[in-house]
Amino acid sequence: MAAQASRLKVSQIGAVTQIEFVDRNILDESNIQQISDEICGLIDDQPTPLVLIRFGNVEHLSSAALGALITINNRIKGKDGKLRLTEIDAQIREVFTITKLDKIFLIFDDADEAMASLT
Amino acid sequence: MNSQGSDHHDAFFAMEVDLPYCELNIEQIQVKVASELCSRDYPKEGVFAVRLAIEEALVNAYRHGNKKDADKRVTFECSIDSTSARFEVSDEGPGFDISSVPDPTDEANLEIPSGRGLLLMREYMTQVEFVPPGNRVRMHYQRLAE
Repeated sequence: MAAQASRLKVSQIGAVTQIEFVDRNILDESNIQQISDEICGLIDDQPTPLVLIRFGNVEHLSSAALGALITINNRIKGKDGKLRLTEIDAQIREVFTITKLDKIFLIFDDADEAMASLT
Repeated sequence: MNSQGSDHHDAFFAMEVDLPYCELNIEQIQVKVASELCSRDYPKEGVFAVRLAIEEALVNAYRHGNKKDADKRVTFECSIDSTSARFEVSDEGPGFDISSVPDPTDEANLEIPSGRGLLLMREYMTQVEFVPPGNRVRMHYQRLAE
């Protein structure tokens, strides 16, 4: 079976792994599972993961995607790493507020500030 | 997918889909509904809200109602006019007691990956009603006066 195309754009900036999404809508269950598996794989490759996730391209996001982010956050915390979220559209930011997940995720408007907080 | 309506932006639009979950194209449904809302000049916040609520209701029907049996059927119905949009999603499951669903915003539940779909449906729709025994949800989005 052919390998699935990555749903992420990943770049390494110093010690920080920067992740962007290919998809504008992070809704579909199988896509979310693939995204979660890919990011967890990146985390597992690092002793102390420092991860910046940029949502600049994302227009819609479901509760299943939030669940994947929680799983990712828990895995990073388990390795004493750090996760930062940035460039979240105002409507999606509201989803984080409604679910009170803005209490467990560190969210930055500005990607540079998010990056600075990791290094 | 059965639908009826006209191109006129004030016209009533209705759609019904009754398929095994494995044949259901949620994105296609969302895009069609969003297109109908946009053609009636619903605000973008309303389109976002409806898309999210539809996603959550359909995925809940599969995950919790049909216990991830993709061969079981999920039914989606909607009716849209220029002032409001109504949706109904049902599954083949036995239903559930809505009062038994934990509050995902409780401090103790914040780091649990699942359980937020219902919260989002209620927050984003004007009205959400589960029809006993709980395997059918009715959602209503009322467009605010501008």
